[in-house]
Amino acid sequence: MSNSALPRDVKYGITLGILYLLLGTPMARDWLEATMSLHMLVQMPLLVILGIIGCRLLPVRWQNAVLARVGGSVPCVIVALFASSYWMLPRALDAALTEPVAEVGKFLSLPLLVGFPLVLAWRRLTLIGRGFVWTNFISMLAVLGWLYIVAPVRVCNSYLVNDQEQAGWYMVIGSILLFVWWLATLFIGSGVGPSKPGGNGSGTTLA
Amino acid sequence: MNPVKRSVVTTTLVISLGSWFFWWATDGFTAFTAETARRVEILHSPRPLPVVTLEDQDGNKFSLQDYEGKLLAVDFIYTSCTTLCQSMGMIFKQIRDLIPKEFLGRDFALVSISFDPDHDDTASLKKYGQAYGADGKIWRVARVPDKAELKSLLDAFGIVVIPDEFGGYEHNTALHLVGRDGRLRLITDIDKAAPFAEQVMALL
Repeated sequence: MSNSALPRDVKYGITLGILYLLLGTPMARDWLEATMSLHMLVQMPLLVILGIIGCRLLPVRWQNAVLARVGGSVPCVIVALFASSYWMLPRALDAALTEPVAEVGKFLSLPLLVGFPLVLAWRRLTLIGRGFVWTNFISMLAVLGWLYIVAPVRVCNSYLVNDQEQAGWYMVIGSILLFVWWLATLFIGSGVGPSKPGGNGSGTTLA
Repeated sequence: MNPVKRSVVTTTLVISLGSWFFWWATDGFTAFTAETARRVEILHSPRPLPVVTLEDQDGNKFSLQDYEGKLLAVDFIYTSCTTLCQSMGMIFKQIRDLIPKEFLGRDFALVSISFDPDHDDTASLKKYGQAYGADGKIWRVARVPDKAELKSLLDAFGIVVIPDEFGGYEHNTALHLVGRDGRLRLITDIDKAAPFAEQVMALL
């Protein structure tokens, strides 16, 4: 990391920190947790993305050191899988709304246990590894969306049943769009695609 | 430690911790929704209820603690409800009719509690009661006039009420059984009137 680049990264870091704090304000939380769709498909992804950007701002040397410390990309991917799956449980959504501890847990775990480890792992992942992460995520989203659409019961006590169906449709549509886009990057491979596992940074934009 | 060994160790650790966490967070892979979690928790540890003042359809003040020593069925309603609460009324009637007459009032009673005290005055409670044969003794229809008390009661029962887009409410509907010790001990689906009555009979 050269000296000239440092202030810029620090500036980005501060912006990121401010955004994170903004998301945590009662006003932003009320707004982004008002419906199931906003909660699951806007607030939570934003928290993950903040983690992703945050991790990418760290010097590559540090990232590699942490990655080596924790034993490579496999445990990183699995941590991200567990954490992201947990926040897909309807019970976790309700808990985040009713229990302050769960809400704090959400704000910490989504960036730190999903965003961070994905970035750490991504650079070292092979094409198959990245494919696994993508297809796993896309299918999880599609199945969950489908469940929300056809569920005969209201799965979240805090959200209207219409809201649940709507979130379900968004998830199904989102998963299809993501799948098409991911597939396209495989064929077109314009640099964002997972075709350069050894590349420095460019592939990580996808994480 | 060489990298492969380290990777195997941390992966194993992460999988065990993650699985344990999921097991813990879902009550042993049984409760994936807050509603199921509420029911499982009550079964394991019956919950004491706060002392709140209720007012029934005849204007009488009482509290749930007055029923200690008896079994008490509780449901939550609002009288302007056009959907589920109507069937709730029928289901409560069904439960009352399934319990032998000699136990009614003496060992078993029913209370329907409105969570909408702004709109539900004693007159509308009375009307709701008359529609299903709630007599005001064995089966009371009640409101909680004090907002703070209502909130503490709903919290204790685990009832979440949210306004819907039609001026009504959506809420988790269920049948609740309060034991003789005054603790909430059982929550079941509203389509389980017969099994609920059987549970009551077993405790009589």
